[in-house]
Amino acid sequence: MIAALLTMCLLALAIGAALGFAAVKFRVEGDPLVDKIDAILPQTQCGQCGYPGCKPYATAIANNEADINQCPPGGEDGIHKLADLLGREFKPLNAENGVEKPRAVALIDEATCIGCTLCIQACPVDAIVGAAKHMHTIVDPLCTGCELCIAPCPVDCITMEVVIDTVETWKWQYPVFALKAVAQ
Amino acid sequence: MIRALFGFNGGVKPPTNKAESTRLPIGAVPLPPELIVPLHQNVGGTPYPLVAAGQFVLKGQRIGAADGQLSSAVHAPTSGRVIAVEPCVMPHSSGLKGLCVRIAPDGEDRWIECEPLPWRSLPPDEVRDALRDAGIVGLGGAVFPSHLKLRPGDGGTSTLVINGAECEPFITCDDMQMREHAAKIVRGASIIQHMLSARQVLIGIEDNKPEAIAAMHSAVELHGGGTMEVVAVPTRYPAGGAKQLIRVLTGIEVPHGRRSTDYGVQCFNTGTAWAVADYVVHGRPLISRIVTVAGNVEQPRNFEVLFGTPMSHVAKLAGIRPDTDRFIMGGPMMGYRMPSFDVPVVKATNCILVGSAALFPPPAPEMPCIRCGDCARACPADLQPFELYWHSRAKNFGKAQEYHLFDCIECGCCAYVCPSSIPLVDYYRFAKGEIWAHERQKNAADSARDRFEFRNDRIEREKQEKAEKLAARTAAARAAAQSSDATPAAAPADDPKKALIAAALARAKAQRESAQPANTESLNAEQQAQVDAADARRTGAAQTADTEASAPAADQKQSLIAAAVARAKAQREAAKPANTEALTPAQQAQVDAAEARRAQVEQSAANQTSTAPEEDLKKSLVAAAVARAKAQREAVKPANTESLTPAQQAQVDAADARRAAAQQDAAPEDSPRSEAP
Repeated sequence: MIAALLTMCLLALAIGAALGFAAVKFRVEGDPLVDKIDAILPQTQCGQCGYPGCKPYATAIANNEADINQCPPGGEDGIHKLADLLGREFKPLNAENGVEKPRAVALIDEATCIGCTLCIQACPVDAIVGAAKHMHTIVDPLCTGCELCIAPCPVDCITMEVVIDTVETWKWQYPVFALKAVAQ
Repeated sequence: MIRALFGFNGGVKPPTNKAESTRLPIGAVPLPPELIVPLHQNVGGTPYPLVAAGQFVLKGQRIGAADGQLSSAVHAPTSGRVIAVEPCVMPHSSGLKGLCVRIAPDGEDRWIECEPLPWRSLPPDEVRDALRDAGIVGLGGAVFPSHLKLRPGDGGTSTLVINGAECEPFITCDDMQMREHAAKIVRGASIIQHMLSARQVLIGIEDNKPEAIAAMHSAVELHGGGTMEVVAVPTRYPAGGAKQLIRVLTGIEVPHGRRSTDYGVQCFNTGTAWAVADYVVHGRPLISRIVTVAGNVEQPRNFEVLFGTPMSHVAKLAGIRPDTDRFIMGGPMMGYRMPSFDVPVVKATNCILVGSAALFPPPAPEMPCIRCGDCARACPADLQPFELYWHSRAKNFGKAQEYHLFDCIECGCCAYVCPSSIPLVDYYRFAKGEIWAHERQKNAADSARDRFEFRNDRIEREKQEKAEKLAARTAAARAAAQSSDATPAAAPADDPKKALIAAALARAKAQRESAQPANTESLNAEQQAQVDAADARRTGAAQTADTEASAPAADQKQSLIAAAVARAKAQREAAKPANTEALTPAQQAQVDAAEARRAQVEQSAANQTSTAPEEDLKKSLVAAAVARAKAQREAVKPANTESLTPAQQAQVDAADARRAAAQQDAAPEDSPRSEAP
């Protein structure tokens, strides 16, 4: 009887110690769900979802504080992916947050720019180069198209240019046959 | 010696259609009215233009410079004037535009100074850079920059394979080049062999080109140096694929994710060897290539074509038949349909295949896959094309990659044998494009995330650094103030804040004193008059307020000084009662201390004015101004200090501390303070 009790107690202690050790040793830093959601979000950092960046929005989704349909740059595709990941129903994009637009990058009209640095401070990804009283310019490959630089510009010299395909980025289309041709 | 050959799995044997275009020697092409030279003709970065519209260029002059290591230069194919550097339609299935240099030839075809490259005496890095700047790229069709392939692998290169197999139907450009320029190709091969320090060179040629094999044989015997061998390989499409030819010649099967250089084998096209020799021996950069014109033409033939020549200009020489509806760049198996007839010939153009509906009838409608497995048997890369097809069709790209989609060389064997006429390669191209696009998007998102997080970190760090600096300064100043003996007696030393404030005041005074003389010295007559007038006005006010200025001396300046001092006093008197009501005991103590100091200063100023009025005008002026400023400060301070938040107080403290530090420096000169009551 006592031997059995002792065995059980020892076992409990040993297993408890092992679990405690594992909890410390294999601790998961951060919330893996937030990172998974963050990986789906487009990282535009535009704040159209109502949160100051993609990571905060991902955190809000993970905490059930935000819906999955608040990201216009991610579009329908992004919502589908989020719905798949979280096992929720697909919802169309919330119109309050904005509409899905083709990817664009900001363009500074360098002749009009007065060098006020306001756009540099607004850019969430440091994609604008310039100094006070000197012309600013956008580093195209780094621009996420968040449009946050447009509002602060006092001379309205920033426009959004839709990104067009080049020979390098062009993709083969899904093979389709025209029904008419087949019918003939 | 008959060499033992190996085989590769799969492959097909389509009709070769090569005989027609080998009947005539390589033809010359008259200069077209305009050359459109695309800058992006190679795998890798787009070269940046070196010329501008209106500029005159010579034949062989560099017009596009390699952008980075994975890139290659572009040269002017003839002498003439640059009409424009602008986007033009590229020889690409998309029909999109790319940056091109348009040149109007002057008809003189004047070369730049061509100097042979002393490649044996130059370090290998410089030879590679020279080849990059000569625009040498793989001319087999992949246009991969050759200088990157001329680096011996980690284990060294034992075998150099020269690819003259040319397996695709209709194309005979390498065949004709080997027949006519065998010696130069062998020369190029031996240069490449030397650069790679390869032990042996195997020149693989399909056995349906006996003339080329014979020509290369005799050239190798003359110039080959004993380590070179021409090997006839069985004719089977795609024996000309690099991996397939290496496998046939050496038996080495390059596995997934590895390169042939890992196994000591490097492969170059015969055209590339010719281009290397042309540059090294004659100093001519790559500006032209042999192009086969075949298909729906009267007389199929090979031409030596300058890059940038419109395809229609070349094809016309072979006699385009009227029912022509398309140009295909490359062969019927792997070629791309061109968006228009006048797109330029580029480094990748080995063949202009003129097509018509009769020659290449539209494919039969796609039928469902019947799982016959013919495609797997035909695949020379040992893939399972049907699996790739299903997953690509279902847009299940991850699965397609698991089946090694990127090992597919798009040779078209699977689609060629498919009984359901499924355009399998189209599906693979679609899947590859989507995966690349996804990759690009993911990289862009990752970079944006990193930059966003870095920016947030930076802003946070700057904030923290600012706060730390502030705290450190405050602490240092406090310590300095506490340890100082020079603290005015009126401000109790046990109250550090008070001491700081007093110290700061003194420092400000010292600064003022050092600053003021500079202004009074540089007055011109007019300004002096204005100052005098103002002083006179002040004098009137001072007389009503105080009788101290009762000595209207013959010396005007002295009286002015006295008046200023008096006026300051009057202001002080007017301001003080309002402030004193709201004073805390501590503030009161401060005010008292300040008052005492002020009185002392005033006293000293008065002494100075009375004892040495004429000799030291400046000093007295300074004293008066100091008194004024002090009065103003006193008037302002109590009102502000009442409504301070803790954070603001901290800032004030810091500012005071800074001032205190300066005061410490100024203390020895500030004699009146030590006499303060």
